[in-house]
Amino acid sequence: MDSAREALLSERELTMSEALNEALHEEMRRDEKVLVIGEDIAGMGGLFQVTAGLLEQFGARRVIDSPISEAGIAGAGVGAAIVGCRPVVELQISDFVTLTMDQVVNHAAKWRYMSGGRVSVPFVIRGPISNGIGMAAQHSQSLEAWFVHAPGLIVAMPSTPYDAKGLLKSAIREPNPVVFLEKRLLYSRRGPVPAEEYTVPIGVADVKRAGRDATVVAYAQGVHLALQAARQLARDEVEVEVIDVRTLKPLDLETIAESVRRTGRLVVVSEGARAGGFASEVVARVVDEAWDALRTAPVRVTAKDTPIPYAAALEREVLPQVEDVLAGIKEVLEEVHA
Amino acid sequence: MAAPAAGADVATLEELLLQMWRIRAFETRAMQLFEEKLIRGSVHPYIGMEAVAVGACAALGPQDYITSTHRGHGHCIAKGLELRLMMAEILGREAGYCRGKGGSMHITAMDHNMLGADAIVAGSTAIAVGAAHGLRLKGEDGVVLCFFGDGASNQGLLHEAANLAAVLDAPVVYVCENNQWAISTPVATATRISDIADRAAGYGFPGVVADGNDVLEMREVTAEAVARARAGEGPTLIEAKSYRITPHSAATQTDLRDPAELDEWRARDPILRFARRLADDGTPASRLEELEAQAKAEVDAAVEWALESPRPEPGQEIEDVYAPSEWTAPGRLS
Repeated sequence: MDSAREALLSERELTMSEALNEALHEEMRRDEKVLVIGEDIAGMGGLFQVTAGLLEQFGARRVIDSPISEAGIAGAGVGAAIVGCRPVVELQISDFVTLTMDQVVNHAAKWRYMSGGRVSVPFVIRGPISNGIGMAAQHSQSLEAWFVHAPGLIVAMPSTPYDAKGLLKSAIREPNPVVFLEKRLLYSRRGPVPAEEYTVPIGVADVKRAGRDATVVAYAQGVHLALQAARQLARDEVEVEVIDVRTLKPLDLETIAESVRRTGRLVVVSEGARAGGFASEVVARVVDEAWDALRTAPVRVTAKDTPIPYAAALEREVLPQVEDVLAGIKEVLEEVHA
Repeated sequence: MAAPAAGADVATLEELLLQMWRIRAFETRAMQLFEEKLIRGSVHPYIGMEAVAVGACAALGPQDYITSTHRGHGHCIAKGLELRLMMAEILGREAGYCRGKGGSMHITAMDHNMLGADAIVAGSTAIAVGAAHGLRLKGEDGVVLCFFGDGASNQGLLHEAANLAAVLDAPVVYVCENNQWAISTPVATATRISDIADRAAGYGFPGVVADGNDVLEMREVTAEAVARARAGEGPTLIEAKSYRITPHSAATQTDLRDPAELDEWRARDPILRFARRLADDGTPASRLEELEAQAKAEVDAAVEWALESPRPEPGQEIEDVYAPSEWTAPGRLS
């Protein structure tokens, strides 16, 4: 919260893609063992310009335009990591992580454990979730829950340029493998980012808005939906607390539970599919930790359990919207235990 | 059979034989320990293929690395890992290379530049590329030698990895151990080509067929590939034709193979063949017997040591999932 407040005081604003780009520039300058590899990332700077300018600064050995070989580059990333480099593997679209699952789940996540702690895998795999713009079912998925389910991984999903930069810098310095998922529609969104060096610690949630009446836990796009809903409800003097988890694994349950103990009401917002999703995990963790404090049943606001459809009218129905978050909050406010 | 390298002294050749005997003795004991229910899961013996790993690793320098497979004990021994720490790992002991968390299929020893055994078939073929490129980035001149089998040669990842290795000119040496069978599937039914080495042409780097039961030939072709890789000329694919004499694994002993085929390959046993070669060159029979006995004694001592070493304590299962990190909030990753 303090660092976020500092950021608000700083004058400089960047888009999220600029903030991520700056993080890569800074970390590549800081540590010559950092390399980036991906499709169209060098000369072109990436489809969304997250890697722009890196080739000119750091050369083709560290900024590698790869063949279209997602599994290959993910595996190469694991290999570079275990000999002590710090690879950042870019997935052009994060759905393509399906092609890398063996390398991410069977290799990156497990190499340390299988070696009895004698190897570290400082590996980052990152890419955009491209939903909300009609990219259809193979370019729009929010698959974060899969990675939360694989012990050994860290999962980060920033909602603001400030967090994106600070989290990516931490992720690159982490000795553990990080799945870093970005929402494409947030790339162009501007926000304060101080010019001074900073990092955002992994495993620390950020209270994006304080409130006494209900706790909304969210991440990435869900944070923006929750904040919009909170602003609307504030007109009726309902004060909603919005907690941005920032990292799904590890989860800052302390901050969430502390909030729920005050509000007694929990809504979780996620753009992932409902069944087996991260929202369910948050509810379960809060039930374990703070059951006594819950005054009403927690509510999950999630995507529907369908692939993401193409047509705007359909995609809008599948993905959670502000009105869904509003309805969720109203439900926890109105519902009373029998 | 390749001629011994010029100036190769007797001690070097005897060491190759001793290494092969160590692998044979180690695998034989491991199979027994499995039968005695002292080893869990399974053991995938390297019996019959000893010349591949021993010849290939003899061509590596101390700065070079290997990746290995589920059938990895031979690679580990050939790379110089300690028998007792390997045996302790396979017996699930805390003193093992992986504190008893990896077992037979995952022995890893960074102090020996052994990047890890990978039980996903073809899984380490891309890891080798990144490791090789990473070494270069760090200013080191190490080469990464990646072992995989004929079964792995039909995995998609190998295509991506080999192509990536080629375009990066990565210092990688691929050694395809064609042991003729992928569990119950003969190589001839899994591919229409007779030499897997031919695939290298599709990636624009050399493919070489070697007699995998000839330790000196393996050493020679690997040395050439390592020199190319170190000189920045890119990868090589070596196909080592060999045979696994034993069943796929201790836990999967159903064997569909024709006994005549086994006999044919037993007659080409890489260890006996090399021992005969040394005998022909003047090594006394007593010395050859001594080497075999030495290997067995070393393995027996390793087993004894490992069996006496403590088992991991409950509580250790939650250790080693994450590395300690100053970038993550304290207490979150334990």
